[in-house]
Amino acid sequence: MAPKSNGQSIETGTLRLKTGLAEMLKGGVIMDVTDADQAKIAEDAGAVSVMALERVPSDIRKEGGVARMASISKMREIMNTVTIPVMAKVRIGHFAEAQILQTLGVDYVDESEVLTPADEHYHIDKFALDVPFVCGCRNLGEALRRIGEGACMIRTKGEAGSGNIVEAVRHMRTVTDEMRRLTTRGPEQLMTAAKDLGAPYDLVRLVAETGKLPVPNFAAGGIATPADASLMMQLGAESVFVGSGIFKSDDPAKRAEAIVEATTHYEDPEVLVRVSEDLGEAMPGIEMGTLEEGQLLQTRGW
Amino acid sequence: MDALIVPGGESTTLIKLMDAFDLWAPLREFAATGKPLLGTCAGMILLAGEVLNPPQRSLGLIDVTVERNSYGRQRESFEADGTFSPDGEEVDLHMVFIRAPRLVQLGPEVRSLASCRDDCVMARQDQVLVASFHPELCGDPAVHRYFLAMG
Repeated sequence: MAPKSNGQSIETGTLRLKTGLAEMLKGGVIMDVTDADQAKIAEDAGAVSVMALERVPSDIRKEGGVARMASISKMREIMNTVTIPVMAKVRIGHFAEAQILQTLGVDYVDESEVLTPADEHYHIDKFALDVPFVCGCRNLGEALRRIGEGACMIRTKGEAGSGNIVEAVRHMRTVTDEMRRLTTRGPEQLMTAAKDLGAPYDLVRLVAETGKLPVPNFAAGGIATPADASLMMQLGAESVFVGSGIFKSDDPAKRAEAIVEATTHYEDPEVLVRVSEDLGEAMPGIEMGTLEEGQLLQTRGW
Repeated sequence: MDALIVPGGESTTLIKLMDAFDLWAPLREFAATGKPLLGTCAGMILLAGEVLNPPQRSLGLIDVTVERNSYGRQRESFEADGTFSPDGEEVDLHMVFIRAPRLVQLGPEVRSLASCRDDCVMARQDQVLVASFHPELCGDPAVHRYFLAMG
């Protein structure tokens, strides 16, 4: 399908346009919302984008069952309410859900481990669609496999709905360490590195040369406070996704605003003190040790 | 500082942060020094005199009316070849538009400097330059070279 031209050399759905939109979101906060009211609160608080979904991750975790793409009417309602880009989640491998979102006019698709996977072997061929994709990762190999399939934005998986930042930190540090290690390798070592990472050789070479991912690298999964946002930015994230952390807290509007300011001024402790004061209670958190292997969302995806 | 670029992004977010960190007055003061100022995409929205779809506050540093998200959503984002006319001469320029705003009206003191698909996509009034596309994504430094020569 992509890219298309109408004869006057006008192209849509190109990699430059897909990555370009992600570039415009750098330094910002993308917030999970489940209806138009929440979307409005997020936009008013300064979100650069909202992620439309049926239930926030902490509710998916609690209620169980199959988690799918959000309903069309909800998405339309959200798209008609805000002027910022609207993202939405699809199940891993569920390219029909992605085709539907593209036709609806959603601006970015998250092929997400938070929803119940539709395919246990294959992710979506993201080059086949015009709509850009973001995908989660726990390490460099996973990030490069997703980019190799056409993802134009990468985020850490963290552990969604946990309110615990430890997994996002682990994933961001792992990706950063693995990239740094690649830059120290000689050319003759890169094929073995690609084999060990399970990643496309050309992308491994690119990372070895530049020391960074070829697409924006954001953080997600467990961000609940302004300090969490600052931590992820200081660890190298270029933006943050906040899922349950806002609308499962005491005062969503105030917390949303605080996380936006903390993300912009992540290196300014005085701003962090000011915005962290009188926020009310954060969402309840989950200690990782109390989650069984089968309850983890981050192990979905291959 | 000799020149300032207000880049792309989301204008609603930028306005929110300009309020929170009191950036309106410093930006107007910078413009008053007569040093070159460039606004691209969301940056153009912030520098404009009037903003539509929906109406929102702006710095009013160039006499143009801008319509937000005028070409559509990301699905309608596009790349195309346009014409850049810096000093009377016309040159081809590849342009990248992402959920772009449109220049719908230019004041009498404003000069159109580029066009694409029958729209004015770049305009200048005195030392203020605005573009609805992203010169930094075009792979051609022509616009930045022109901007730096304004100083």
